[in-house]
Amino acid sequence: MAETTTETMVLNMGPQHPSTHGVLRLIVEVDGETIVRCQPDIGFLHTGIEKQFETHTWQQAVTDSDRMDYLSPLTNNLGYVLAVERLMGIEVPPRCQAIRVLFCELSRIASHLVWLGTSALELGAQSVFFYCFQAREAILDMYEATAGVRMNLSYMRVGGLMYDIPPQLPAMVARFLEELPRWISDFRALLDGNPIFRERVQGVGVLTKERALAFGVTGPSLRASGVPWDVRKAYPYSGYEKYSFDVPTSTAGDVWARYEVRMAEMEESGKIVRQAIEGMPEGAWKTDDRKVALPPREELHRSMEALIHHFKLVAQGFPVPAGAVYQAVESPRGELGFYVVSDGGTHPHRVRVRPPSFYNTSVLTRLLEGCLLADAVAIIASMDMVMGEVDR
Amino acid sequence: MAVSNDGTPFILTTVEQMVRWGQKNSIWPLTMGLACCAIEMMSLVTARFDSARFGAEVFRASPRQADLMIVSGRVCHKMVPVIKQLYEQMPEPKWVMSMGSCACSGGVFNNYAVVQGVDNVLPVDIYVPGCPPTPEQVLEAILRLRDGIAAGDPKAGLPFIQAASIGEAGRG
Repeated sequence: MAETTTETMVLNMGPQHPSTHGVLRLIVEVDGETIVRCQPDIGFLHTGIEKQFETHTWQQAVTDSDRMDYLSPLTNNLGYVLAVERLMGIEVPPRCQAIRVLFCELSRIASHLVWLGTSALELGAQSVFFYCFQAREAILDMYEATAGVRMNLSYMRVGGLMYDIPPQLPAMVARFLEELPRWISDFRALLDGNPIFRERVQGVGVLTKERALAFGVTGPSLRASGVPWDVRKAYPYSGYEKYSFDVPTSTAGDVWARYEVRMAEMEESGKIVRQAIEGMPEGAWKTDDRKVALPPREELHRSMEALIHHFKLVAQGFPVPAGAVYQAVESPRGELGFYVVSDGGTHPHRVRVRPPSFYNTSVLTRLLEGCLLADAVAIIASMDMVMGEVDR
Repeated sequence: MAVSNDGTPFILTTVEQMVRWGQKNSIWPLTMGLACCAIEMMSLVTARFDSARFGAEVFRASPRQADLMIVSGRVCHKMVPVIKQLYEQMPEPKWVMSMGSCACSGGVFNNYAVVQGVDNVLPVDIYVPGCPPTPEQVLEAILRLRDGIAAGDPKAGLPFIQAASIGEAGRG
């Protein structure tokens, strides 16, 4: 009898694939149904954003930051403006800080909703997607009322914000917070008791603590492996130390644990949003430093100095003292860092971004080894990467 | 609608019109998300916008089953061969929508990495500018595309910019 030989097969997954969350390409070597080796291929969305920062003035460059992690543009805005503000030594008023926290947490919920909807969709639970996007629309309405657009807001500015919040926003937030627990219990009712969903996520794609740390995984994926690391707690920024919230963790490290952690995070973010909107301080919403922030419109008609400041800021931008600074914020995906270098000019000399998705994607190489091909979809979805951020 | 001698109603049409009617009411887009615009493209099928009203909600993951390619976001040079291949795999008749400023013209990203408009590589039928365009804008584009298909000339429905001559990459 002839000896049976087995050989592995190489499969190409992506970059156009419904469940690779964008344009990720995975070169997968399979032995039957089992993955032997997996090599992610990235760069299909490389946009040159880091280089693009250098062509804009410090203030204009805020728009570049939006377009990296487009599921939570405000967190990107915040990381960049905090870095520039630290270089310049600007303190923003308490109201501005509270508004920034409010919107960052809202965008965390919105981002987790997209993650939940799409990852459930990929496991076959189509209705969850519709419920999630319906809930997300409520947040997009708040974005639209505040900054005029649904995505890519560029709402934050170096030294403050674009506008103050509109008068109807507190009522919108209150209504949203009223509905949020009901929505979350709806999602849980659809998924928690669903035996198919549980079978597909429990015990699948276990990421050990050591491996997560070795690969630089951050965010909910790290916390689901038992490391309670959260930049908001470790290095508080924008007044996060004033809010009381928990950092949900789990020790299992599987897809289910990552699901649980993100669901709990949505509730925690709801708590922060409530504290931010209820304790919203009155007063200025941007710095009164006229070398950075535009003067009020009505002053332009009366004050020569205001006119000069306005002209200089718009036509030339402001210089930033030479130096380098690293500022990390907790994005919905993990530690988002901005390393900003200034040579004293009106444009950034170099902006280097530490995108959490990049590190979360790199661990796929090890995470997919030995698992079933069908589980790859669940595992990729659970790492919640945004290719715009990976490739920049 | 006309009525025959024995009272039975009947409709007069041509095969061509019947086919166009079918095509315009079942535009199946390709599931191809590129960047930010892809999220708004996903919103298109959700409850608030509900593109099922116009028969365009069946996103197909395989290009062999799709009619409409929505180029949703910035196209970088590494992605061009992939997009071209997908376009070639789609059966005729097929349409291309360039969604968002980046796909239309490169948008804010005038740099080494981004193709300055997907019409450099594909024959675009309809342009939807915006960063990202709202789902309403995309719906409007789909409606115009439907009008164009019904009229027998997809390019008749161009809303914003007249399609430039595409050259060799075009449908000839």
